[in-house]
Amino acid sequence: MLGEGIIKGLTETAKNFFGSYFIAERLTTVEYPEERIAPMESARVFPFLVFDGTDALAGLRCTSCQICEKECPPKCIFIEKSKDKKPDFVGRMQFYPARFEIDIAVCMSCQICVEVCPFESIKMDTEFELATADRFGGLLLKRDQLAKPNEYYNRIHCTEASAVDAKLAEEKAKFIAKAKAAADAAAAKSAAKALEGENG
Amino acid sequence: MIDKLDQIFVLLRDWLVSFLPTAWQPAAGTLLAVAMIICLFPALFALTTVFERKGLARIQNRLGPNRVGPFGLLQPIADGIKSLTKEDIVPLSADAAVHFLAPIVLVIAVFMGFAVLPMGRNMVLVDMDAGLLFYFAMGASTELAVFMAGWSSRNKYSLLGAMRAVAQMISYEVPLLLSSVAVVMITGSLSLTKIVAAQDHYSYGLPHWYIFTPWGFAGFIMYAISTTAETNRSPFDLPEGESELVAGYHTEYSGFKFALFFLGEYLAMFSISGLGTTLFLGGWSAPLAALNWVPSWIWFFSKLMLSIFVFIWLRGTLPRLRQDQLMNFAWKFVLPMCLLNLFVAAAWRFMGDGWLRWVVCSAVLIVAYSALGWSEMRKGKIGPRSYRYAE
Repeated sequence: MLGEGIIKGLTETAKNFFGSYFIAERLTTVEYPEERIAPMESARVFPFLVFDGTDALAGLRCTSCQICEKECPPKCIFIEKSKDKKPDFVGRMQFYPARFEIDIAVCMSCQICVEVCPFESIKMDTEFELATADRFGGLLLKRDQLAKPNEYYNRIHCTEASAVDAKLAEEKAKFIAKAKAAADAAAAKSAAKALEGENG
Repeated sequence: MIDKLDQIFVLLRDWLVSFLPTAWQPAAGTLLAVAMIICLFPALFALTTVFERKGLARIQNRLGPNRVGPFGLLQPIADGIKSLTKEDIVPLSADAAVHFLAPIVLVIAVFMGFAVLPMGRNMVLVDMDAGLLFYFAMGASTELAVFMAGWSSRNKYSLLGAMRAVAQMISYEVPLLLSSVAVVMITGSLSLTKIVAAQDHYSYGLPHWYIFTPWGFAGFIMYAISTTAETNRSPFDLPEGESELVAGYHTEYSGFKFALFFLGEYLAMFSISGLGTTLFLGGWSAPLAALNWVPSWIWFFSKLMLSIFVFIWLRGTLPRLRQDQLMNFAWKFVLPMCLLNLFVAAAWRFMGDGWLRWVVCSAVLIVAYSALGWSEMRKGKIGPRSYRYAE
């Protein structure tokens, strides 16, 4: 009969209207500035740089290889390589970024930099409250703003970060074992040489 | 005491006026009443905007505005300040004079309608013998304002919106009038105070409102449909269909002129709800004889706000109609039902008291409603849409 659908619709909206006052599950609104939902682990906003330890510059994993700069589709990353070198997480001497800048006004959050980084150095942040009064300078994040400790990374993306940590620890162990083996070999070699010299 | 509370506004006016010389008293009393109407209804409008937004939000399981003031109740003040401080933009090619006049004409025409509405016992600004006629004359002139706005803007969206608005308002003016004519036929008067007085008596403690008769109920439904269309409210809000026409006839209005259009729309809603209350819901009379001690103006405004709630409820429920559906509905369904309702009202009048007229009138209306509805739905107009060119 004509009008049946309207009655059905009206009862449905009336249920919503009164239900939203009594049934808490109906109101899914989170009143944002006062209430917050913890960011989801898969959330990603803009990239940041991970450092180990407490000193941002000393612990920076980035070796300034510039792969991310070249891969970045909108070209929002700018890197200037250092002249000198510093030891990385295993103790190898590596370059480090003298300047590392990301223009988040240009960045499109594609995560390609994260995927290409061979040093597990650049990761996606979940920080989204980036409003600023200065739309050019304020949105150009410098190295010191980008560098965030590994603990922070572990906090925002815990599964991913622990996998990364495990991988890096394994690498480090391998490197140390290799170095030790090399040192042992060298020692054995030199000992043999010395022995040979003695004999000869 | 109760009588005094019932007449408090009348007594207040008389008391204030008594300070003036006798010769000025009638004019001053009228001016005071006019000022009261001009202050009261925009205030009601401000409240309604926030309640509408809250109601719609609740219908969609949201919270609605709750930032400005307690429960967001000061939101209309923020909106008002915002619209007052906004730049008033007039398009270069617009007809400046007409563009300027349109919102003013709209608001004035809408305000004129309140003059004849009885808002309580003895609370009517002008007790006109042809009050209903005056009301419809004023109501019809809002169409002029809408078309002025659309035409003077020199914008295709505005013009399309205005043309839709005029087509829609003229189409629904006919059933609106015809559904009210039934009331006039039964009452035998065009005076709105007499129409209320005719409904203000009780048997077994229940009121004799016209909505509680078969022809009155049918008339009320048709009246409600026509008023929704007449005030451009959803689901008949094609003239300002945001998805198609930006904002319809007030696309080119900004700042306070836009606010005036908004005000005009809501005031039209109030006044037409007030008229519906007067015609079918017994005006200011109490719903039960036992509740007669409550001041009459409280009943009028409660009924008014209840109608506004139904408007908001409908807006939260129904999607917008298509233009052809709108026109078909007006001319093929509402109008025939209204015409039939006239005959039913006449039959009701001449069949005298007794149960027979209830059975006959109800049966005729139900059969006609079902048959019309069935034949309309059988045509497949409400079925799934077919796209001739898009596929």
